[in-house]
Amino acid sequence: MARTRIAMSDDDVLGKAYDGRLMRRLVGFMRPHRVAIAWAFASIVGLSVLQLAPPYLTKLAIDEHIVTGQLEGLGVLASIFLTVLVLSYAFEFAQTYLMQVTGQRIIFDLRMRIQEHLQRLDVAFYDRNPVGRLMTRVTTDVDALNDLFASGVITVFRDVFTLVGIAVVLFVMDWRLAIVALSVLPLIAAVTQWFRTNARQSYREVRGWIARINAFLQENITGMATVQLFRREERHFAKFDEVNEGHRDANIASIFYYAVFYPAIEILGALAIAAILWFGGGWTLQGTLELGSLVAFVLYSQRFFRPIQDLSEKFNVLQSAMASSERIFALLDTSVDIVSPQAFAAPTPSSATTKRGPGHIRFEHVWFAYRDENWVLEDVSFEVAPGQRVGVVGATGAGKTTVINLLMRFYDIQRGRITIDRVDIRELPLDTLRARFGLVLQDVYLFSGTVADNIRLGRESISDAEVRRAAEAVHADRFIRALPDGYEMAVAERGATFSVGQRQLLSFARALAHDPAVLVLDEATSSIDTDTERLIQEALHVLMADRTTIAVAHRLSTVQDMDEILVFHKGRLREQGTHQELLSQRGLYHTLYELQYRDQESQIAPEALPATT
Amino acid sequence: MSYDRDFAGFDLAVQPSVGVSGFPLLTSPMSPLRKLLPRVLRYRREFLWGLLYLTCASGLALAGPWVLRYAIDDLTANVTRAKLGLYAGALLGLAMLAGLFRFLMRRIIVGASRAIEYDLRNLFYARLQRLPLSYFQKQRTGDLMSRATNDLNAVRMMVGPAIMYMASTGITFVVAVSLMVSIEPTLTLFALLPLPLVTVVVKRAGAAIYRHTARIQEQLSTLSAVVQESLAGVRVVRAYGREAIETERFRDENAEYLRRNTSLIRLQAIFYPSMGFILGLAGLLVLWVGARHVIEGRITVGQFVAFNAYLVMLTWPMIAFGFVTNLLQRGSAAWRRMDEVISIEPAETGSTRGKAPARPLVGHLELRDLTFAYNGQPVLDGVSVVVEPGQTLALVGPTGSGKSTLLGLLPRLFDPPAGTVFIDGHDVRDLPLATLRSTIAMAPQDPFLFSDTVVANVRFGLGDGATEADAAAGEAMATSRLDKDLEDLPDGDQTRVGERGVTLSGGQKQRASLARAIAADPRILLLDDALSAVDAYTEAEILGRLGTVMHGRTTVIVSHRISTVQRADLILVLDEGRVVERGTHDELLARGGLYAGLYQKQLLEQALEEVS
Repeated sequence: MARTRIAMSDDDVLGKAYDGRLMRRLVGFMRPHRVAIAWAFASIVGLSVLQLAPPYLTKLAIDEHIVTGQLEGLGVLASIFLTVLVLSYAFEFAQTYLMQVTGQRIIFDLRMRIQEHLQRLDVAFYDRNPVGRLMTRVTTDVDALNDLFASGVITVFRDVFTLVGIAVVLFVMDWRLAIVALSVLPLIAAVTQWFRTNARQSYREVRGWIARINAFLQENITGMATVQLFRREERHFAKFDEVNEGHRDANIASIFYYAVFYPAIEILGALAIAAILWFGGGWTLQGTLELGSLVAFVLYSQRFFRPIQDLSEKFNVLQSAMASSERIFALLDTSVDIVSPQAFAAPTPSSATTKRGPGHIRFEHVWFAYRDENWVLEDVSFEVAPGQRVGVVGATGAGKTTVINLLMRFYDIQRGRITIDRVDIRELPLDTLRARFGLVLQDVYLFSGTVADNIRLGRESISDAEVRRAAEAVHADRFIRALPDGYEMAVAERGATFSVGQRQLLSFARALAHDPAVLVLDEATSSIDTDTERLIQEALHVLMADRTTIAVAHRLSTVQDMDEILVFHKGRLREQGTHQELLSQRGLYHTLYELQYRDQESQIAPEALPATT
Repeated sequence: MSYDRDFAGFDLAVQPSVGVSGFPLLTSPMSPLRKLLPRVLRYRREFLWGLLYLTCASGLALAGPWVLRYAIDDLTANVTRAKLGLYAGALLGLAMLAGLFRFLMRRIIVGASRAIEYDLRNLFYARLQRLPLSYFQKQRTGDLMSRATNDLNAVRMMVGPAIMYMASTGITFVVAVSLMVSIEPTLTLFALLPLPLVTVVVKRAGAAIYRHTARIQEQLSTLSAVVQESLAGVRVVRAYGREAIETERFRDENAEYLRRNTSLIRLQAIFYPSMGFILGLAGLLVLWVGARHVIEGRITVGQFVAFNAYLVMLTWPMIAFGFVTNLLQRGSAAWRRMDEVISIEPAETGSTRGKAPARPLVGHLELRDLTFAYNGQPVLDGVSVVVEPGQTLALVGPTGSGKSTLLGLLPRLFDPPAGTVFIDGHDVRDLPLATLRSTIAMAPQDPFLFSDTVVANVRFGLGDGATEADAAAGEAMATSRLDKDLEDLPDGDQTRVGERGVTLSGGQKQRASLARAIAADPRILLLDDALSAVDAYTEAEILGRLGTVMHGRTTVIVSHRISTVQRADLILVLDEGRVVERGTHDELLARGGLYAGLYQKQLLEQALEEVS
């Protein structure tokens, strides 16, 4: 049951080992490094040629010196040998260094490209794709590609050169024996084909299991406290064991193909040598072949099958790289629907801070659904004047938070229009649009870095003094200064060491420091105690003084002194007006109000709490 | 670098793929490896068989040149075609047998390495499960994941393929050298003359490569963590236009990763080809000296050819030597990182040996002068309280006054000092964690839901028994008023909640979390501001139903709403970790202190609202 539930998606799709379209795109990443690649390539050609020399030098030594007993000239042969060695070292150094460093540089570029794209993708994309899987793209998949650049693409040429070189030398020495030696090639092709097909299949399965292991770990490490509190350790261990086992078994199944393939190639190599001995030996006996040539043939065929085996290993690398690049490109190709309009396509960092605007907001017949036609908002229209403070209330699921998501253009609406300062939000550059808002979420997200960094949130123009002033205004200063390093205190992962209240104070300071035209509060004060909340309310008044405010709230007390309150119910805007107006309407708001304050009047049903006093 | 490719290219391949090469040192610090040994030795039978197959395969492979030697010698003298056929057949036969043994060897050794990988991953996860909350608060998720995957793969390469290559290298070396000696000892001496250079090279490069590799692994996990953070907080990143900063942060770490890799590559590029060079020198010496030997008649041409063939066969072991030590270095660095996690002994485990009490716990709760500091910061100071079974204790106080920490100490999410927290008279530290935690259920401020169905999340604390659990889950969902929402969800209680439950609203998450706690049928229920995102009407409903469910059981409530706590049997007002007031709602009001002030404020607000 659990096994089928574990999400499988694009991770188990494995494409071809060679895909021209993908390859062209990969080559695109190599282009900026073409000079280094060209040099590496030249080194490989040189190295391949040099590697042909030793067996031929041995042949010369046997035929011209050893068999004839002539020692003169052996010195020349030896110095040629030494030169070949030194040059080989130099070429190999150049090739290894250039190729691997270039590979790493390409990987660097690719990672940056992925990261940049991830930072642009729609928020909706993250609703569908778990973070764990996306991380696999940036780390593991990219590393698989590194193998392609470092040991795949270019060294394939090395192997091919070696093969061609050896074949040429063999034909030049003796074409009959060359045909004999190369006659095993069709068999090798057949074995390789069998291996490729099966290895790819098993590789695909292994990848799927790895994705599942990652997803499981991501979730269970994050939720470990919950697992422990409910003593689910054993059952979650069993689930993990299941995934882990699947991974192991898929791997063990794949060993078979490797275990058959390598010895098979070796046996075919032995077959070639046996044939050389049989035919070549016969010709030597007839006197039509020199003994040295026969020996050289044996030595060359030893070298001949090595690159073939290597090639199939490269094939393996190529295949995993193709699979990875397929996934990476699929990610890079994921279209970004929510983009700045064409005219502002180029990001202008300065515009983010300069255009503040008065903060006039208008929803005109807005319809929105996260999926299909499941409308979350239906025909919603309202207007917020600059500097006006608007509260958004309603029962859970009424669509309150959606209003914020749409306003900040995390999602695009299906029908209607949203304007800010009389401009359709879709016609504004995203950074300009979002810079007008200061968002405070209920679930405060803190980044690693210092407390000050988290208030500044990367906007360097905010001075230390401003950071401090913002913190003071929202009464966060007191607890921050009590920290061992004060404002320079490092925040541990997601600020887990801060209490919820402290995190909220920080997010307030953050919003204040950014001085937005529109303040957006999403249930922001719902879990702050009354005492702190009083301080916060004071701070909010300062904060709201000069700007438009939209506050989504569960508790009516947070919004009742707002200039206007919007009451949402089941995706529709049902009532709007001031607190008093709405109360006098005796409608939805009145009901909400009654419900909320009845309990505070101590009118809860007697069984509300176990009363034993 | 990539996880799952079995290491290929062993048998004939003289060169390992360029991506993985280097010559680290065997003498680097490896003490944690001793702990790995028993887990490897569990598979000694497999390894012994594997080594046996390997020995056979290597021996048979080495017989090849021997056949060649006689063939060549017979060719210089005259020979019949029939005999030539015999030699050719022998060569082929030897290769086939060797192939068979290599097949068996690979299956058993690589298979064992996968089994060990599986064991270690389970061990790692099992250990993670024992670690306390404070550990996960300090540790990055991405980093832990990297240890369970990337590092583990490096460990597997060490215990599987590396052992295989090492053995193969050793056997080939010993056998080939003995055969060479049997042909001509002085020539062998010349051939082996450049080999001490190898030791020098390996020693020089080893330590450096080890250091570099460890630094690269570290950086990879930093890189993962940066990505994880920027993706998990995507809304805030977007809202504050932080995309460019996140990208820059990533660029810095990525550049550092490139830098560290480049320096490793430089080292490898210098040392890797030197192996081939040293062997080339040996080949040169053999040609120079061997040619004279043949001419002087001390050896035959056939022996000379066989000698050369053995020298070629030594090439792989020589290169594998560097390569294997690289695998060992990587593997031991990776194992060290895994072992850091595995070897943590959580303070809590000491008491898992504690005996379960004879009678099931009823939920009598006592704190005795509880003082607690977290990360050097005092959080609680001298808190004492007794709660009888069936009573409700409420905690009120400003942000940071220690309320949540106090709750966390009861199920030992944090460990209280000895002699401070008692349940039914037992120090919680002396109770087995399983007993303790099955007595207590908690609905936290910031609930974590698993990506599973709603009902599976509610049944989280229940056994797998179908009907009873279904009934309990149904009741719990009714109590927490989650039932109201189910009809609006596409698949009712079978609706999957997304990663961290993103598709549910804050209030729904809280109520699902409450249902989960109630369904677990606890003697003590802890509500840590667990209804803060729930609207007031629903909260009243929930508290009403909860009163019935928790009848005769103990409840501890943290809340900011007076309405939520006023019916509690005892209310503690905390400020900066101290109990500043205690009593019932009425007593505290009569006292006219902090609580009364708080109440007055809420009352005033209400009054104001009523007037307007």
